[in-house]
Amino acid sequence: MDLTSAGIAAVDFSPFFISMKASVLATFFVFFAGVAAARWSLRLPRRISGVIDGVFTLPMVLPPTVVGFGLLLLLGAQSPVGQFLTSIGHRIVFSFSATVLAAGVVAFPMMYRTARGAFEQVDNNLISAARTLGHGEWTIFWKVYMPLAWPGVAAGTILAFARALGEFGATLMLAGNIPGRTQTMPIAVFAQVEAGHTEQALLWVIIIVIIAFAAVFLMNFLTMRKSHFRKGDDGV
Amino acid sequence: MSLFVDISKKYDGFTLDIQIDAGNGITGLLGASGCGKSMTLQCISGIIKPDSGVIVLNGQTIFDSKKKINIPIRRRNVGYSFQHFSLFPHMTVEENIHFALRSRSKKERTREADEKIVMFGLEDFRKRYPGQLSGGQKQRVALARMLAGSPEILMLDEPFSALDKHIRLSLENELMRVLDAFPYTTLYVSHDMDEVYRICPQIAVIHEGKIEDQGRREHLLLEPQTLASARISGCKNLSPARKTGEYTLFAEDWGIRLQSEKPVPDDLRYIGIRARHLREIQPDEAAGSPNMFEAHVDYQSETRFDNTIICRLSGADVPEDARILWLFDKMYNTKPYQNGQTIYLHIPPASLHLLCR
Repeated sequence: MDLTSAGIAAVDFSPFFISMKASVLATFFVFFAGVAAARWSLRLPRRISGVIDGVFTLPMVLPPTVVGFGLLLLLGAQSPVGQFLTSIGHRIVFSFSATVLAAGVVAFPMMYRTARGAFEQVDNNLISAARTLGHGEWTIFWKVYMPLAWPGVAAGTILAFARALGEFGATLMLAGNIPGRTQTMPIAVFAQVEAGHTEQALLWVIIIVIIAFAAVFLMNFLTMRKSHFRKGDDGV
Repeated sequence: MSLFVDISKKYDGFTLDIQIDAGNGITGLLGASGCGKSMTLQCISGIIKPDSGVIVLNGQTIFDSKKKINIPIRRRNVGYSFQHFSLFPHMTVEENIHFALRSRSKKERTREADEKIVMFGLEDFRKRYPGQLSGGQKQRVALARMLAGSPEILMLDEPFSALDKHIRLSLENELMRVLDAFPYTTLYVSHDMDEVYRICPQIAVIHEGKIEDQGRREHLLLEPQTLASARISGCKNLSPARKTGEYTLFAEDWGIRLQSEKPVPDDLRYIGIRARHLREIQPDEAAGSPNMFEAHVDYQSETRFDNTIICRLSGADVPEDARILWLFDKMYNTKPYQNGQTIYLHIPPASLHLLCR
């Protein structure tokens, strides 16, 4: 394996930057979408909430290729959405936006489910108390729900980021494998192995493992660390 | 100022059907757990929406199912103290109180918060989180927070249930000062009749979602009118009964005839006798006197000051499982009793609770 300085200099690092950029952007959108979806789904009547929960969780349980195929059907040149985007000069398929979109859709359930679990843990009496004290839903969300659910929401964000970073199938279907534009690290691993460049593939594998490990470590740190106000007892 | 409530709500096979008309001062809602006391408070505060009915608070209709009025919780201006205080665990004592203040200017809010902190003696804890406070301190914070919102009604849900018995008395004293100073209506929910009797001049007894009886506390707990209020007022000996004469009745569970000092109403359904009101008498003075019964000691249960004896009544008409509870202060009766021993009990005709419901 040629990991000398000359060897590393010869490596094209664009997959790293594409992956990071796409994952950070996807996580950013998924954070808001996931939190909003979690909050919204909990306020629905139980039966409807169950159906919505299933729909929101689907990208997590379906094979990523199926998700990618679905997105292709939805956004491809033949679809109404695709035709509309083409008419205003955008093309999603095989673009960097497709990388972000594919990563986001697959990462969304991670954010949504973790946030929902965290919101469910918040004592309903606290919410009622805040309402009797004269506060509206928006204030209650930011001043009571979010601070109390924060460890869970933070963990969900990291999980979503890790999932976005590892996304392969849907990205390959929707964004393809265009070096320098849509080739992310997981796709680079696949491409390098296929081309017989085991050393290069191994380099990407090592980088991915390091990032993934750091993410899991950070998540454990955030969820296990007791919040400053939780010292003593559960506080309620 | 006043509170008028006439609501009904069906929930999970349970029906709440409550009418309350409370003026200024403290009204106690007394009932066993699960009877609908807390649900009533939740309906008044707006946490639960009743199926139908009317709620009028201090002249303002806050709920009316016919006129489709349902003022949201945040604008009902109720002071609600939750069973487990429900302090915000991520806010300090000071922040919890601040969160309740409604004044516009920050300066004004700081002044009001400081006033409440001093009023409840929380100066030393203002920067602490609820998790670092004792039960009594948490309760004081909850009261301070409740009052900080300048509510138009106070509703306290079992304010002492989460506290140790030994600190209750001093806290009760503190709470009474707060409640006496409050100019409007207070609803006080509890299952503890002694606590309600101490705190509430007016009491409503709730049983299975309905108001069973309401009125002044002396009337309610000393002269209960219904089976449920007799039971909740601590009356241990209760039996179905029917009238047999103007001053006589028959207690079915015990198979005995009783004489009453008061005239027996025609629609008499139950009879109640407090365990404390029974007397033991000697066989010679017992001969022929009314309301005297032979019994056997079945079981004894002693506390530090009292002795409770479960007595098995004897006699031809007496059902096999007829039991009656007799309680006395050990200070006045130090005799030892053996299980199976024969005793003679007298039920004073003035002590009968005649219940028509």
